[in-house]
Amino acid sequence: MAKKETQEQKKPRPINTESKTAYTLHLMKMNQACYWMMLPFFLLFTFFTIIPVVMSLPLGLTSFNLVQFPHYVGLTNFYSLFVNDDVFLIAIKNTLIFAVFTGPFSYVLSFILAWLINEMNPFLKVFFTFVFYAPSMTPSAFVIWQLIFSGDSYGYLNSILLDLGIINSAKQWLTDVTYMMTVVIIVQLWMSMGAGFLALRAGFQGIDTALYEAGAIEGIQNRFQELFTITIPAMGPSLLFAAVLAISGAFTVGSVGASLCGLPSTAYAVHTVMNHAQDYGSIRYEMGYASAICFVLFAVMLICNHVIRSVLSKYTD
Amino acid sequence: MAENVQNQIPESLEAANEKALKKLRKRQKKRGDIEKARVKKSKGKHINGSLGGDIAIFILLALLGIFMVFPLYYSIVQSLKPISELFVFPPKLYVLQPTGENFSNLFKVAGNLWVPFSRYVFNSVFITVVITVMHVFVVCCCAYVLSKCPNIPGYRFANQLIVTSMLFTSTATWIMQFVIMAKMGMINTYWAMILPSVATPMGLYLMRQNMSTINDAIIDAARVDGAGAFRTCWQVVIPNQKPAIATLIIFVFQGAWNIQGGALVYKEQLKTLPTIMSQIAASGIARQGIIYASAVVLMIPPLVIFLIAQSNVMETMANSGMKD
Repeated sequence: MAKKETQEQKKPRPINTESKTAYTLHLMKMNQACYWMMLPFFLLFTFFTIIPVVMSLPLGLTSFNLVQFPHYVGLTNFYSLFVNDDVFLIAIKNTLIFAVFTGPFSYVLSFILAWLINEMNPFLKVFFTFVFYAPSMTPSAFVIWQLIFSGDSYGYLNSILLDLGIINSAKQWLTDVTYMMTVVIIVQLWMSMGAGFLALRAGFQGIDTALYEAGAIEGIQNRFQELFTITIPAMGPSLLFAAVLAISGAFTVGSVGASLCGLPSTAYAVHTVMNHAQDYGSIRYEMGYASAICFVLFAVMLICNHVIRSVLSKYTD
Repeated sequence: MAENVQNQIPESLEAANEKALKKLRKRQKKRGDIEKARVKKSKGKHINGSLGGDIAIFILLALLGIFMVFPLYYSIVQSLKPISELFVFPPKLYVLQPTGENFSNLFKVAGNLWVPFSRYVFNSVFITVVITVMHVFVVCCCAYVLSKCPNIPGYRFANQLIVTSMLFTSTATWIMQFVIMAKMGMINTYWAMILPSVATPMGLYLMRQNMSTINDAIIDAARVDGAGAFRTCWQVVIPNQKPAIATLIIFVFQGAWNIQGGALVYKEQLKTLPTIMSQIAASGIARQGIIYASAVVLMIPPLVIFLIAQSNVMETMANSGMKD
């Protein structure tokens, strides 16, 4: 490769007569500075993300208990996942329910909130952005939810409902299979005003104000018209970013359910794929099996991402 | 320009019908309104909004906001409660006799540690500052190329790689990460905590997406003026990306501040503030107050950064200055 480059330096020929590889090399040389700018990130990224990920993919095909050297077992892990493991099927069902409820809802909700905040004056903007981002900054924020949904009659929700006479006896919100799913979905939605919301705020903030002035001259009457004709088309990239975050957030839910209802939860009612991977990875130390679970999850998210990208690209530039 | 229009009106008026005149007048009035709006803009008034709408939005947000800010409020209240109030059941949502006892206890415990407490503080501050500075620099450089140089070979592949890696979650990756770091001799150094956090795809994708909204004409103009890729990035693109950079800083600072070190660092002198705080808090139910006090202390730096970053964003954005 180095040889070719020096040859090119000696006798520069018109570009269109060269072969494709030579043209590629020419482009690469022309844009050398770009590669230098990408180098630091991709160097670190390769070492700390790509290589570990690529090296752990084959783990799904092995049986690995962290002590002995992994040994190859073929597709056994994947086979038993779908055929023998009943809990995995429950986990898939739960994950899909969570994904359908929390993913789109939290995405739309954070967009609406970011938009509403954008309509306020500068001081209130900072204030409300802070208020809605606060749960993401508070460690163990959902402790408060444990108090609210506590199963005895002192739990806030129970005591209010008992006082009002709506229920006769304290409900076990966190261990009764009928309520667990709903409770966890509510808490999950509440927790989801995180990175995506903040990124959307930045997206709103980055829109050129001249666009709005132009819109006013063209005769836009109200906020909603403005939102659909100017704001959303100009927000395309930020919307995509938030979508990717929403997808990965929706499919990797598990920590909220685990800390509210325990791991494993009663009758696996809020057991998700992520919980299942944690169960096998960090409790049973069956790393091979855990890797296989993660791989399935990854495949599902890739498909979902592809679908959402193609939908979003229709509505934005 | 406004004068020109006014001069033309009387001539065209006689020839055209009165409707056209009305339309023009209306448009002029609107333009006047917009001039007013432009003046008001410095006060943050939205052009197409109404006062009633503003108030409705405020009430809606305030109601939802109470719900969101609750855990933060609760942690602070708990940290101010004296022992007698902490164990009241059911827990009260307010504090009758606020006390600084929990905080002074926290620092009393912290003062008696084997490694001086200041060392933990230094570790955390050092790591956080280095990660934040390196991350912002590295990510901005890379994001510029990934958004604004579409004709370099490998452009599509690199972008795909970033998005794909954001979706990858693996509970098994950390094993390989540990193996690689051990091979490079980074275990038990600051680098083990710093380097993996510098190159995270989320920040890069955030910046890439935001930079791609910048008008290509500015970049072409910079190129014509003789600026290279690096200079275009830092002198033309970055100054226009204040909101995104502020968000990036909030993310990376928060992440870096909460790094615990885990298996990567086991030398006591290298451990961070969150590690020691959780160790202090983990030692029994009698330290209930200290748990909340340490949570509040740990929350302060990210909170300050958040407020500084967000309020700087709210200054009027530099317009791109484009006249197409």
